[in-house]
Amino acid sequence: MTVGDPNQNVPAAEGSVGAVLAGDGLAGGGPGGAPLLDVDRLTVRLPVGGVPRAVLRDVSLTVRVGEAVGLVGESGSGKSMTARAIDRLLPAGAQVEGQIRYRGRDISELSGGDLRAFRTKVAMIFQDPRAHVNPVRRIGDFMTEAMRANLRVPARYAHLRAIEMLAQVGIDDGARRLRQYPHELSGGMLQRVMIAAALLTDPVLLLADEPTTALDVTTQAEVMAILDDLRREYGLAMLFITHDLELAAAICDRTVVMYAGQVVEVRSSALLHQDPLHPYTAALAAARPDIERSSTRLRAIPGRPLSAFEAPADECAFAPRCPHASDACRQSLPALTELDGGLSRCVRAAELRGQLTVTHA
Amino acid sequence: MLGVLRSTGIAGMVSAVVIAVATVFAAFGPTIAPYNPDLPSLGLAFVGPAGGHLLGFDFEGRDVLSRLIAGAQSSMLGPLAVVVGAMALGTVIAVVAAWRQRLTDTVVSSGLDILFAFPGILLAVLAAAVFGAGLTAAAVALAIAYMPYVARVLRGAALKERGQPYVAALEVQGSSASRICLRHIVPNMLPLIVAQATIMFGWAMVDLAAISFLGLGVQPPAPNWGVMISENEPGILQGYPLPALAAGLCIVAVVIAFNVLGERLFLQAQVQQAQAVRR
Repeated sequence: MTVGDPNQNVPAAEGSVGAVLAGDGLAGGGPGGAPLLDVDRLTVRLPVGGVPRAVLRDVSLTVRVGEAVGLVGESGSGKSMTARAIDRLLPAGAQVEGQIRYRGRDISELSGGDLRAFRTKVAMIFQDPRAHVNPVRRIGDFMTEAMRANLRVPARYAHLRAIEMLAQVGIDDGARRLRQYPHELSGGMLQRVMIAAALLTDPVLLLADEPTTALDVTTQAEVMAILDDLRREYGLAMLFITHDLELAAAICDRTVVMYAGQVVEVRSSALLHQDPLHPYTAALAAARPDIERSSTRLRAIPGRPLSAFEAPADECAFAPRCPHASDACRQSLPALTELDGGLSRCVRAAELRGQLTVTHA
Repeated sequence: MLGVLRSTGIAGMVSAVVIAVATVFAAFGPTIAPYNPDLPSLGLAFVGPAGGHLLGFDFEGRDVLSRLIAGAQSSMLGPLAVVVGAMALGTVIAVVAAWRQRLTDTVVSSGLDILFAFPGILLAVLAAAVFGAGLTAAAVALAIAYMPYVARVLRGAALKERGQPYVAALEVQGSSASRICLRHIVPNMLPLIVAQATIMFGWAMVDLAAISFLGLGVQPPAPNWGVMISENEPGILQGYPLPALAAGLCIVAVVIAFNVLGERLFLQAQVQQAQAVRR
């Protein structure tokens, strides 16, 4: 099995990757230079019928204190798996290479009380709020449980804080809501409850795994606005996982684009649209329908997305679908290299600069 | 609670009444019994119903109805102890196996397979041989023998619950494993646990009666339904089957009642789970 060997491409790129991942010369950095979260050459394989299959290949990314980082890609590109790896939620039997460091500490070494303390600092907001709450417990039990059990907050005070936090996410009749059961709340309401609950344990990092995907379009914007506001207000760092390139660009300082279990581009969000560094990013942006442009067909990317385990070890995973692919793309797996303050895993990135810009005709 | 009973149908409600009556006898038997259940008068041995004695007299001339009522205590308490013991052990083992998974689960499951090889009665006879005859030894032995059945069913339920996304959500909140198991997983399995317990009560009652019949459980002259069948057995041959039969009927009625109610509750638990999944 050679797929995803971390030594294949890293040594050549290590210097530049290190510099850019630490945030040198990138706009929108939060306070504090040291990264809060540092995913370093993470490779994850899951056993499928006894055979390990790669789901993440050599993923590196950093999140600094107070910084929002978007994680974008098609279904199966490894976005959620990255978040699950960070919160130590990988399925049993997963093989992990590389490191995930939180404030410089390797999280794979955490256990018992340390692991629980780490998890209270890293809150996760899930895609489907309804599945992620015990259906037979009241909202109040759910919201105050972590405070009472893990932070030893007295029940009475926890109750008041929950009501206060519900008000902050736009739910005014908090006392009544706390007595209700999850099935009595709408999806959007429940997701706001989840956001409030996540903030109650005073986390420093939010992992938001497509928090608005399961909601209908009108509530999506509302929930997103609440999440973004509160994140800024509390100065939290966030890893925001989404399909939506424009949403990520709008609320995140930097955006990481994943394809087939690899990071293909890291770019300051402000520049991602105007000046993408990887053909895949450009194609993703072009495929999105535009409200100001009437077109009969969406510009789909030809072919189908590759799963991480199908991707070849010795050529660019996107080459078969890439309009700019050349022979060079099929000769070796491109390394993640620095270009104008960003990172790109494309051998032709420099020569394609400018040509990749999304132009909506 | 009343709503749950009503939804089990007429059979379920009749069963509940039978169980309630037996429970009242078990709790207050000696005070309710119309005559002294332990007072023999040999001249009345195997005399049929007469006067205020509705079910006649047993082989030593004691009032059968009084002995039935007084015997409810040991006849019900024994199975209760077995069920509580088996349920507690089985639930703990099932939840631990489901939580730890992998090696722990494999070891536990294999251990259960080995325990399945020993029939409950055999284990109880063995316990009586080692620790002497009596209700305690028999109940402990049966609890251990029944535990694998509980553990197997609950392990499946616990595994399913373990895989629920809300459990992962609790984990990333920093909740401890013991808290998640005790406050979330076990309460959510409760309908299944109750249903299992009621069905198991029936088995335990029959097995304990059999053990008492063999003379290894409750010791005469203490009143007990199993003992009553055993000691009045000669009456069946002598044409006075009523004392043994009455005790047997009590066992049959209570066992059927527990089985019917348990089955109905089990169905309900399944329906509830199916609805929870669909939601």
